[in-house]
Amino acid sequence: MPNPTNHIELVTRDFSFYYGDFRALTSISMDVERNRVTAFIGPSGCGKSTFLRSLNRMNDIIPGTRVEGKVLLGGVDIYGKDVDVVDLRRKVGMVFQKSNPFPKSIFDNVAYGLRIHGERNPSAVAQRVEESLRAAALWNEVKDRLDKSALDLSGGQQQRLCIARALAVKPEIVLMDEPASALDPLATQKIEELIFELKKEYTIIIVTHNMQQAARVSDATAFFYLGELVEFDETKKIFTNPKEKKTEDYITGRFG
Amino acid sequence: MEGVNVDNPQSAGIGRVRAWRRFREKAIETFFLANGLFAVLVLLAIFSMLFTEGWPALKRVPFGEWVMSTEWDPTSPVRESYGILALIVSTLMVSIGALILAVPLGIACAAYIADVAPARVREIVKPVIEILAGIPSVVVGFFGLVVLGPLLAKAFHAGNGLNGVNGSILLAVMALPTIMSVSEDAIVSVPQELKNASLALGATRWQTLMRVTLPAALSGIVASVMLGMGRAIGETMTVLMACGNAPAMPHSFLDPVRTMTATIAIELGETVQGSTHFHSLFVIAFFLFLMTFAVNLVSDIILQRVRKRMGGA
Ligand SMILES: Nc1ncnc2c1ncn2[C@@H]1O[C@H](COP(=O)(O)OP(=O)(O)OP(=O)(O)O)[C@@H](O)[C@H]1O
Ligand SMILES: [Mg+2]
Repeated sequence: MPNPTNHIELVTRDFSFYYGDFRALTSISMDVERNRVTAFIGPSGCGKSTFLRSLNRMNDIIPGTRVEGKVLLGGVDIYGKDVDVVDLRRKVGMVFQKSNPFPKSIFDNVAYGLRIHGERNPSAVAQRVEESLRAAALWNEVKDRLDKSALDLSGGQQQRLCIARALAVKPEIVLMDEPASALDPLATQKIEELIFELKKEYTIIIVTHNMQQAARVSDATAFFYLGELVEFDETKKIFTNPKEKKTEDYITGRFG
Repeated sequence: MEGVNVDNPQSAGIGRVRAWRRFREKAIETFFLANGLFAVLVLLAIFSMLFTEGWPALKRVPFGEWVMSTEWDPTSPVRESYGILALIVSTLMVSIGALILAVPLGIACAAYIADVAPARVREIVKPVIEILAGIPSVVVGFFGLVVLGPLLAKAFHAGNGLNGVNGSILLAVMALPTIMSVSEDAIVSVPQELKNASLALGATRWQTLMRVTLPAALSGIVASVMLGMGRAIGETMTVLMACGNAPAMPHSFLDPVRTMTATIAIELGETVQGSTHFHSLFVIAFFLFLMTFAVNLVSDIILQRVRKRMGGA
């Protein structure tokens, strides 16, 4: 059973997830450590995105879904009765596979989260916007055109803007679902460097299809297969000396 | 050089395909251009027809009188007067009144159907609302005459209840389906990814609706309002039946009013063809045309600003 020590950020216990009658996740138990990058890998359709979206309850908006088991954040079950989903999602931010900036100015995109959470002071907003854009390594590229539309940015810039937007509300955990899958190698490298920087302040969980990427950026790696967590260990261990045969087959490209 | 087959049948075939495709592209382009030109042509024809038919009256009556005077009495035996200011004000008053009622209600309903209501409610409510748009205006006018009129008369002690408010309410009812339906389409087509982004930042559904979904749907919503406004300004039968038809400057919404359209409809049958009165009715139509044109132009400019600010399409 969980032994909540200081460095554990998030704990799941026997967590199962259902889309209607279809069980997409089976009894997942995992401890995610603070200030580290945890990667989720596995073949398409194995439930990585489903699991990721379960961690900030974004699955709630899909009708007919159901969960079993527990997800504990700071010792509190996020599926508990009196959990405020709004507050949960502020603590557990998310970056989507397809960058989705609002059709607003660059500034307003980053300021959005602050404003909906009631920050009225313009100079506080401006300061946090700058901090977030710097943290997302985008500040130098956009500082002269903050009032321009975010949709005029390049794909890679848009994705970093989405990261800045997620960081602005000071989350504890940032969930990233294949954040670089639509980007060219250079933009991908920028995102990877960014992730490396971000783990100093945030706990990061990233879904990726790219084995090299998982090996490069993550500290721990979880391998999923058909809705089950097959193996979860230090990234080094998973990529050099996996316990399970399935894991080895997958990372060496023998299937999936 | 020998051995090189210039008339390679295969490449000739490809050339033919290419020529055919080019021709087809050109034809399609020309077809659309012709359609666009035709629409513009029709518009110009109407415009020039109204102007030439109105010209004899415009020539006889000083321009100042048309737009400054509130006295409309073209059949006076003493002194004919052709001031249409009261009619313009009446038209604007009834239309704007209708929009004040219909726009918030229409957008709220659209947002509810698109974003809040369960799918089944949406499947039932939307077609019903769209059927509402097909009710003939004479039926709506009749309702205003026999139901709404007496009600208003009792509530506000306002004569027989045939007045500006009555017309505004009826026009609102008529504009509502258009506003609701077109806005709803715009709201539904806002990408789910944008809403997800907002929700994932900890926004409530309400915040997401107000700050992301509605702004992203704004151009469609503005378009729906313009369509509704167009219907309200141009509507004739309803206002003719329900507004009381006093061609005087209204001082409040409870005064009986006579709109530009109603004036044309009432008087066109009674005038002597070719008289100044006859031509003056075309002048009214001409001004009405200019007003709708101005409304459309202004809304287009607003839309363009909005799109530019938000970027993208
Ligand atoms: N909204 C949904 N409704 C019903 N079933 C769904 C839904 N979303 C996902 N699923 C199913 O749940 C399973 C897991 O899907 P999920 O998207 O989590 O996979 P994934 O590991 O992220 O795949 P990929 O690598 O392709 O993104 C799949 O079988 C999928 O078909
Ligand atoms: Mg996925």
